[in-house]
Amino acid sequence: MDLLEYKGKQVLARHDVPQDPGGVATTVDDAVEIARDVGFPTILKAQVKIGGRGKAGGIKIANSLDEVREHATNILGMDIRGHTVHELWLQRASEIELEYYAAVVFDRAAKAPLVMLSTQGGMEIEQVAAEHPDALATLHVDPLVGFQPFQARRLAYEAGVAEDVIRPVGAMLATLYKAFVAEDATLVEINPLVITPQREVLALDAKVTLDDNAMFRHPDNAGLDDSSEADPQEAMARQRGLTYVKLDGDIGIFGNGAGLVMSTLDVVAHAGGAPANFLDAGGGAKAEAIAASVEVILSNPNVKAVLFNVFGGITRCDEVARGIIEAYEILKPTVPFVVRLDGTNDVEARRLLADANLPHVYPEATMDSAAARVVELARSAEGASAP
Amino acid sequence: MSILVGEDTRLAVAGLTGREGSYHAMNNRRYGTNVVAGITPGKGGQDVEDVPVFNTFREAVAATDANTAMIFVPPRSAADSILEADDAGIATIIAITEGIPAHDELMVFNVLKHNPDVRLVGPNCPGVLSPGKANVGIIPAAFFKPGNVGVVSRSGTLTYQIGNELAQSGFGNSTIVGIGGDPVPGSSFVDIIALFEADPETELIVMSGEIGGSAEEEAAEYIAEHVSKPVVGYVAGLTAPPGKTMGHAGAIVSGSSGGGQAKIDALEAVGVRVGRTPTQVAQIAVEILGG
Repeated sequence: MDLLEYKGKQVLARHDVPQDPGGVATTVDDAVEIARDVGFPTILKAQVKIGGRGKAGGIKIANSLDEVREHATNILGMDIRGHTVHELWLQRASEIELEYYAAVVFDRAAKAPLVMLSTQGGMEIEQVAAEHPDALATLHVDPLVGFQPFQARRLAYEAGVAEDVIRPVGAMLATLYKAFVAEDATLVEINPLVITPQREVLALDAKVTLDDNAMFRHPDNAGLDDSSEADPQEAMARQRGLTYVKLDGDIGIFGNGAGLVMSTLDVVAHAGGAPANFLDAGGGAKAEAIAASVEVILSNPNVKAVLFNVFGGITRCDEVARGIIEAYEILKPTVPFVVRLDGTNDVEARRLLADANLPHVYPEATMDSAAARVVELARSAEGASAP
Repeated sequence: MSILVGEDTRLAVAGLTGREGSYHAMNNRRYGTNVVAGITPGKGGQDVEDVPVFNTFREAVAATDANTAMIFVPPRSAADSILEADDAGIATIIAITEGIPAHDELMVFNVLKHNPDVRLVGPNCPGVLSPGKANVGIIPAAFFKPGNVGVVSRSGTLTYQIGNELAQSGFGNSTIVGIGGDPVPGSSFVDIIALFEADPETELIVMSGEIGGSAEEEAAEYIAEHVSKPVVGYVAGLTAPPGKTMGHAGAIVSGSSGGGQAKIDALEAVGVRVGRTPTQVAQIAVEILGG
């Protein structure tokens, strides 16, 4: 789960990560109230999970309540690269003398947390690595031992941190590591980490990603998930316990097993089509769950045809066939279905579908031929609906 | 021969008294796997269809000489169960459980790496099947027969798809290993490919990867240096959008890392032929083996 900046800051505040106080507003009036509390100059930041907020006009500084009102009016409701701004974070704008970068990353390849520190903050870390490699220090932490004070010193000296803030920057790294472990995070990134003229070290921004699998240990964090940004189909799928990802195309995809579904998307693309979604019904799905999946797929208005690609292991193909028939009766779909079922009870499944004799349901024998068929059907639907 | 599981397997099942655990363990036993023990704290002395249940892995090993563990407990206790199996001296641990926190997997990996004799497969994997010998996990064994193709995969159903197409072309398998779809798998492609390279029965290796992480690139490097047998590859998720988790916790393209095309390029650069669809993978395998 990727957190909005202000929610990331809330999580880090539990671990005493130093930062300026602020508040979140959903209306212009709220924004004005918060600005009155935090004082001026106030920084207003659009809360969206996408980079480049500043360039898009989503980050502004205000020196008066009138300016707060003006900026808040402009930013709330603004579209930043496809993300609508519903929330605005306001905080006192610290004076900035230096901008650093600090992060703790779950490094899959190394099987260890990676701690990074750079004296070139405020730009993407990939750019720092490419353009200022000397200003970037990194090291892996043995997760069984934890982050040690010498590692903080090593990073600070290697990155060239100003002498007089080596201690507080090191303390900041230790705190970020502690939060990374305690919150089951897979990313904690502070960019920029600022040094004020008073030599305070503050987290000005925060990017935090939490591990969904660890939510049972953090019931408090479940509320950090923001449904306001969720797509309607994704929200509907989540309610039904389905693994669904919305995509840009017009071919609905139903499959079982993450690998096979990913492969199905690729095979459809290979055949010249564009999938509308990823949907993994999981192992052992029963007819009812299958009907629920079909409903989610069809609720996306872009869908012009649906491909069912199932290899039955634990999942029984006859259950899938029953689910399709059930969904057909309830939903009375107008788009064609292409069905490829192989594996456990496939013969029975094909017989069930043949007996049901549903209109616009086309069985196919192989994954490749099914993909070709569904692409063809989606294309002809496109032609038919064109003005 | 085969790898990881076979006629010598003596299986102890953590979570045998659970619904899923007993269902699959009994399936495994019907296939011919020697299921010798179950472990459920507080249920020692009971049995599940005549398989004795013990309170601890140590008791189970002492009483039954179990040498392989299958982990079928819920995510919150799975890491603990894996470490308990290791503590009891079990060398092959196969973890089926899906949804283990990433930090738990990290901890387990870093504990087990100090013990090179222990091999963890999974978690979040379908298990290991050596056709005709033993099945540990949830792989539907009926689709596979003994043969000379070793399969290692991050995905279950995709493995069945590829295995089934191979079977239709007349080929069977030495062993099928699901290494799982999580960010920190106990065994990587490299670990399993090394075992297949040393296995006299395996003549061709199929590796089925997917987006996310760098396990396929690491396998390519290893294959170039250490593998004499032909390897056929597949990578799922080429068209997946960046930043989205595609079902498996580990299947995500983040920034410039984990993309599918880079994996295919890395594999092809070292001479691994990569099928663009599961069907092509089977066709290439058949070509190489002279079907």
